[in-house]
Formats: sequence, C-alpha cells, structure tokens
Amino acid sequence: MLKIENLHASIEDKSILKGLSLEVKAGEVHAIMGPNGAGKSTLANIIAGKEEYEVTAGNIELDGEDIGELAPEERAHNGIFLSFQYPVEIPGVSVTNFIKTAINETRKAKGLEDMPAKDMLKMIREKSELLEIDRKFLSRSLNEGFSGGEKKRNEIFQMAMLAPKLAILDETDSGLDIDALRIVANGVNKLKSKDNAVIVITHYQRLLDYIVPDFVHVLHDGKIVKSGDASLALELEAKGYDWIKQELV
Amino acid sequence: MSKYTEEQLEQELKTQEYKYGFYTDIESETFAKGLNEEVVIAISKKKNEPQWMTDWRLEAFRVWKKMEEPEWANVQYEKPKFQDIAYYSAPKEKPKLNSLDEVDPELLDTFKRLGISLDEQKKLANVAVDIVMDSVSVATTFKKTLGEKGIIFMPISEAIQEHPELVRKYLGTVVPTTDNFYAALNSAVFSDGSFCYIPKGVRCPMELSTYFRINEGGTGQFERTLVVADKGSYVSYLEGCTAPSRDENQLHAAVVELIAMDDAEIKYSTVQNWYPGNKEGKGGVYNFVTKRGLCENNAKISWTQVETGSAVTWKYPSCILKGNNSVGEFYSIAVTNNYQQADTGTKMIHLGKNTKSTIISKGISAGSSQNSYRGLVQIGARAENARNFSQCDSLLMGNLCGAHTFPYIEVKNKTAQVEHEATTSKIGEEQLFYCNQRGIDTEKAIALIVNGFSKEVLNKLPMEFAVEAQKLLEISLEGSVG
Repeated sequence: MLKIENLHASIEDKSILKGLSLEVKAGEVHAIMGPNGAGKSTLANIIAGKEEYEVTAGNIELDGEDIGELAPEERAHNGIFLSFQYPVEIPGVSVTNFIKTAINETRKAKGLEDMPAKDMLKMIREKSELLEIDRKFLSRSLNEGFSGGEKKRNEIFQMAMLAPKLAILDETDSGLDIDALRIVANGVNKLKSKDNAVIVITHYQRLLDYIVPDFVHVLHDGKIVKSGDASLALELEAKGYDWIKQELV
Repeated sequence: MSKYTEEQLEQELKTQEYKYGFYTDIESETFAKGLNEEVVIAISKKKNEPQWMTDWRLEAFRVWKKMEEPEWANVQYEKPKFQDIAYYSAPKEKPKLNSLDEVDPELLDTFKRLGISLDEQKKLANVAVDIVMDSVSVATTFKKTLGEKGIIFMPISEAIQEHPELVRKYLGTVVPTTDNFYAALNSAVFSDGSFCYIPKGVRCPMELSTYFRINEGGTGQFERTLVVADKGSYVSYLEGCTAPSRDENQLHAAVVELIAMDDAEIKYSTVQNWYPGNKEGKGGVYNFVTKRGLCENNAKISWTQVETGSAVTWKYPSCILKGNNSVGEFYSIAVTNNYQQADTGTKMIHLGKNTKSTIISKGISAGSSQNSYRGLVQIGARAENARNFSQCDSLLMGNLCGAHTFPYIEVKNKTAQVEHEATTSKIGEEQLFYCNQRGIDTEKAIALIVNGFSKEVLNKLPMEFAVEAQKLLEISLEGSVG
C-alpha cells in the first residue's frame, strides 16, 4: 500500500530524513519508535504532505502511485489520515460541523453528492459510541478547551468517520491516562481490517500492549536502523535507545 | 449551549447551503450634476412633498453648507466632489439585453458562485425573460397581513404623502439634520427609503425586509429609513441583500432612525455588499452611514450587521438608552479584503437607570485592507447601575492587512460597570494544514475558520439571512490566501 524509498527530507536546510525506506502492506500494523529528534513526526508530516518540508530525494508511493506532488487534501482524499500529536483549535467550529465538512469535501473530490444527513447521523451515533464520546462533546468547538485525552479521542473519532486506507497515529498515546488509552486503542483495533493499514508512532511500548504491531521499526538519525516484530518493542523498553545507538557504532 | 439534543445534532447536519434571493439595482433617471437650493427644492417638488418637508430639507441644506467633511476616521480616500454628483434619481428601466452573452462575465461568475439559478441570473442582469415574478404575489399577501395588524411599511416618499403626521413627528428626532456632515447632506437630498410603524402592543408577525419593497420604489444613493415601534410592540427589520450590488454611484450616505417606545423592541439586521472596488483598489462605493436608535423605558434595540462590501465604510449604528432599564445591543462582522477600508463600530449612550449594553464586534481583515473598530460607551451622570460589555475580536489573514481598535469609554457615574475585551488572532498555517489533512482545501478551510470566528454574530441574524451571510463571507474572502 505505502512504499517509501530512500527518502531524504529537510526543513530550512536542516537535513532530517536521510535515506528512509519503508513498506506497509494492507492489513498490517507498523510501529515506528525512536528517541526524540529521530524524525518520527517529520515522517508523519511528510507522508501527509505538509509543505514546509522539502523532499530532496526518494519517493513515496500509495497503491503504486507517486503522491509526492499531491497537495495535503488530495492525499487525504486518497485515504491518508494523520492523527495529530498536537491537534489545533478552531474556535466556533463544532466537532460535528468539522467532520461533516471533511466528509463532504472528500466525497465532493470523488464526484459524490453530500452524505445524506440521516446516514451521517447514524454514522456519528455509531462511531461516537465506539469511542465513548457523549453527544454534548460533538457540539463543542473543535479542540477548544479539550483535555489531552479528549483531543486524542476526537482524532480517532475523525479517523473512524473518515475510514482511511492508511492511518498514521503520531504519538496518540501522549497525554492519555490509562482508561483513555484503552478506549482509543480499542477504537483503533475495531477499525482495523485486511484492507487498511496503521502506522503507530510512539516513544513507548505502552500503546503497543493494546495495538499490537506486526512490525516494529527503530528510527534513528533519519533512517530506519532496525526492524523486527512486536518483541523488538519490548526489548527497546527494557534496554533503552542507547542500546541501538551502541549497536550502530 | 446547555444541551445538544439529537434534534439539534440532526439540524446541524441538515443545514444546507442556501439558494439565494435576489436584489435588483434599478437604474435611474438623473438630474444634472451639482447641488444648490434650487436642486433641493426641485427634488422635493419632484416628489410632490408638502411645504414642511421642503423647508426641512432646505434647513438641512443650509446647515450642511457650513459644515466640513469629517476627517477623524481611520480611512484614506479621495473626497467626493459634491458639485460633481447628481442628486436625484428616479427608477428607470434598464436597457433590456437579449441574452446572458451580453452580460458582464465577471458578474455572471459571481452569480454562479452564489448559486443563483439561471432564470434569476437573467432577472438580475435584466435579460428579457418570460416568467412571472414570484415576489409580486408574495408582496401582495405580505401587505395584506401587515395591513390587518395596522402595521405601516412603505417607501418613505409614500409615507410623507399618506402619513405626514407620523413622519413629521419623528423624522430627524434621533438623527437631527445638524448631526453630522453626511446626515445633513442626506436630510437635504434623500431620494427615498423606508418607513415603518408598528402600532401599540403589536408584534410584527414576519421579518420586514427591503426585499419585498425594492421593486416598488427604487432606492437611491441617499436612503432614509425611519422605524417607529410604538409602546410594547416588536419588529425585526432586514436591510440589504447578499447578491452583489453594483452601482454607478460612488457615494452612499444613508440615515437610519429607530424609535423604540416604552417596552418596545426593534431588531435591525443589515447585510451590506456594495461594490468594494477591484483587486487593485480602483472604484468601489463610499458608504458613509448614520444609524441611530432611541430607547424609551424598558425598550430594546439590537443592531446586527454583516459588512463585506464598499471601498470605504464609515458606520456606527448607535443606541441612545434614554429610558430606564433599556437595552442596546450591537453585533457586527466587518470583512475587508484587497484595498477595502472600514471604520465601523457603535455608540452606546447610557442616560437612564439600569441600562445595559452589549457590543460584540468581529473584524476580519485580508489582503491589503484596513479594518478599524471604533466604539464609544458613555455612561451619563444619572445612569445608575449602567452596565456595558464589549468584546472586539480581530482576525488577520496574511501580513499586509491591518486591524485597529479604538475604544472610547466615558463614565460619569460611579455605579457603572464597563467591561472591554479585545483579541487579535491570525489564521495559522497549522490550522490550515489540519483542515487540509482532513480533505478540506484551503479556500474551504478559511471559510470554515472565518464562520467559526463569526458565529456569535451570525447566530443573531434571522435564519435564512444567516446562511446567506455565511456564504457571502466565503465569497468575500476568496483568493485572500495564496
């Protein structure tokens, strides 16, 4: 589904990704771990198409198609979803209105009519139940005054509504208490299918107890330096990142 | 919002983008350029006015001649040449066009984006079309309903003929002819406008809109509106329309007077979309307006305005809270783009006891525009326990525009409580990327953010008007972020 080859990227002339390659197939869950500054969030943003990064070499393909030149919204229309580490506030725009706009804009891009209100209502009801979101929450301004947990839960709610092909969860576990973590992870697991894929970016093993990855990659200094199965995450947790760094020397 | 019921959720999901109403600017037969006493007399004569009205105009003209054009507003423009303006316009048929191909393509494009149907596009552009205008029958039913309640709603020129005692009693009592340069000019030469009278204890059953009146008597560049709500009555009045108003007249100087007697309430909503000039800042309407309302005991006046048009706007809908326990409200969204300039706000003059006022002003600046809020809150010596709350929020788009806030607060009574809050924010790259990532393109994202920012004010508008205004905000800001 996603194929990244020899990706080099920089921001303001500072090189961040230095030859990263990654392949994610449908039905798989990949975890990307690594110390601060390794380039994890950069990778997420570049896949989503954030413009301030400059891709200097390599390419990104989604379903065999080079998406390097696509605008962020076009990538979204093609099924890429990013759960943000720090979701932004949009005062005065309700959660409902925002998701309705997102869904209908995506449908419009595909030449479809707006989703009938009845269908959307049904879907909202279903997905908000899945994430244990109460109705009043849906009327609040997007992310305004939300707790850390509410923000992340809202991200996953949007993911559930948009049903992306490829979901990238950027530090979705940060700022979550254990109950919220369970709800969010449970939501992600229920959304998983053989047709979609998830990339989980995290510092810690904790989230991976709930969302069990098929592959774990360690990102260090802009490259994937080690890959393995779920046991690699446990090993990292036990030995710390210094172990990887030493191994590289 | 205390609750968010299933119904409300459903409602929010159902809200559709609106199909637009229409508004025609009627081309005019005009007098020769220039202004002197003869012209004032000629205007009055042309309208077959009684002597008192002619004298009133002449008095205003004499005052105006001695006045100077004000310069304190935070706007820069080339001053109108007053002897180079024609001061009388009577509605005249526009030249009929045979097909839409003959219409200015830019205008057609705007119609299209507003979602105006092909037939209505033809009507707006004055292309010959064989359909019965629905509004005629609507207007007839409408008049009948109002008549049964004793409500008077007609062009002010007709009211001067049919209800001279009412007009004479109230005209100029809130905005005197001597009030300011443009009010004096308007008083001398106003061509037409609306008059509305709601009898004692009557609740006007529908929104009174100039929409229903526009084809009966064209309005000119100097519009005069007088709304009188007698004791215990209620009226909601809508002015303007969202369809773009192209106009040859560069200077517009309207006067609006509202009188809310004891226990009466007037809601006055405006959507203004005069031609703002082109992208380089050439052309466009100067909109210099005086709007003021007087509240007697327990009366309430709410001004709600959405201002997106005009090259230069200079406008301060105000409330004189003369009666005890009276309430004044001002809710405003002012959008400026390209080279537009707006200096707008309100005056809340607290004279009575326990008077309350609320000011919510939202300024949105884009392009190279300048947007100023100017507001006066004045608490008189006898206004025991007066309260005011003001909130002025500015939203900036890009680095070339400006937002300015000029609050004036004058308090002469120690029991007063006056609060002022102001914020300035900018649409950030992070907000746009977030929206983009969800499949919402930048243009739509801006519309979404702007609507969210303006929500408190949009909510004050009558439903259909609010949806139109929302769409209008989107169109006004199109192309403002590259």
